[in-house]
Amino acid sequence: MSKATLQRRPLVKKMLDGADDNLLVIAGLGSANWDITAAGDRPLNMPLWGAMGAPVAMGLGLAMAQPKKRVLVITGDGDMLMSLGALATVAAQQPDNLAIVVLDNEKFGETGNQATHTSPRNNGPTDSGAGTDLAMIARGCGIADSAIVREAGEVDQLVKDARTKKGPVFRLVKVMVEKLEFVMPPQDGAHLKDRFRQALLGHT
Amino acid sequence: MNAVATIDWHDQIFDVLQDHDIKQVYHVPDAGHGKLIEACQKSNSIRTVALTTEEEGIPLAAGAWLGGQRSVLLMQSSGVGNTINLMGMTKTLRFPFLTLITMRGDYGEFNSWQYPMGQGTPKVLEAMGVLLYSVDNAAEVKATVDAAARSAFNGGQAVAVLLRQKLIGIKNFGKK
Repeated sequence: MSKATLQRRPLVKKMLDGADDNLLVIAGLGSANWDITAAGDRPLNMPLWGAMGAPVAMGLGLAMAQPKKRVLVITGDGDMLMSLGALATVAAQQPDNLAIVVLDNEKFGETGNQATHTSPRNNGPTDSGAGTDLAMIARGCGIADSAIVREAGEVDQLVKDARTKKGPVFRLVKVMVEKLEFVMPPQDGAHLKDRFRQALLGHT
Repeated sequence: MNAVATIDWHDQIFDVLQDHDIKQVYHVPDAGHGKLIEACQKSNSIRTVALTTEEEGIPLAAGAWLGGQRSVLLMQSSGVGNTINLMGMTKTLRFPFLTLITMRGDYGEFNSWQYPMGQGTPKVLEAMGVLLYSVDNAAEVKATVDAAARSAFNGGQAVAVLLRQKLIGIKNFGKK
């Protein structure tokens, strides 16, 4: 497979462009958190600073509680690999307002870019993975609308699917390994939760 | 039949969950909670979610709370260890959390494999700052679960109710 060419930051910015009160966003720890924050911090963003493996189940709980809102989970391949079972749990519930976008750079970015299992096999002594295909796993779990995005020409459709297509939607986006600025949202989890609820429900 | 045996505490728990406006119930298959799970599955006001691992119940509850809904996680003590890392979310996000735990490896347990996690359950939950309620008497189940729900949803705490093996019964465990 050719090297990934998509850059995560402009892609996430596009995905969140014009986000209104109808869009509830959860981002996994590390890069996905910094990505959604770089696109513009907002109360209806829930960027995680820890809780690896939590975003997909968190998105499901939120999507079931708020069936009229769009819930978008954005996370990385390392985070997704830690909670594969959550994809089956999502599939069992079939939330039509939930989209999951996994930005797959095939690396554990926060710990020094070690290979994740989505890296190719036989890729040298320190950079080999298993070639794990998370979109195929999602489909196998029962999320029928699962696909891989690799090309710039597919990004507009990705944005549409993430924002409006009947869920559950799963998109695996192959992105480049990049060194990017940390753009950090507030860290206090209780504050992030309270501002989210205030914006959504009108009370904490 | 004695007086205690006539109390259907499963039904009582269901009533308490309804009284507290619980909208999402997370569970793994469990004989001890079996009757309650079925009642929730048949309810029109409750959404039940079968999990692949108990761990999913914590972020699900966090997401539900973000969206304005109350939830409960039903599990066995044997699954408690699976939740401990993400249980930290109840502290970092400070959201109300309620779990009802049927105990194994507790009182007359026949299966030696159940003892390590059963005996470790109160200790690891306490280590994560979860408030513990324990009940081994059918007559006290309703009041205990009600108090736990109040501590969780009114008091903002993470609360676990341990339904002791003495309550659930030793002999018929594993059967409906």
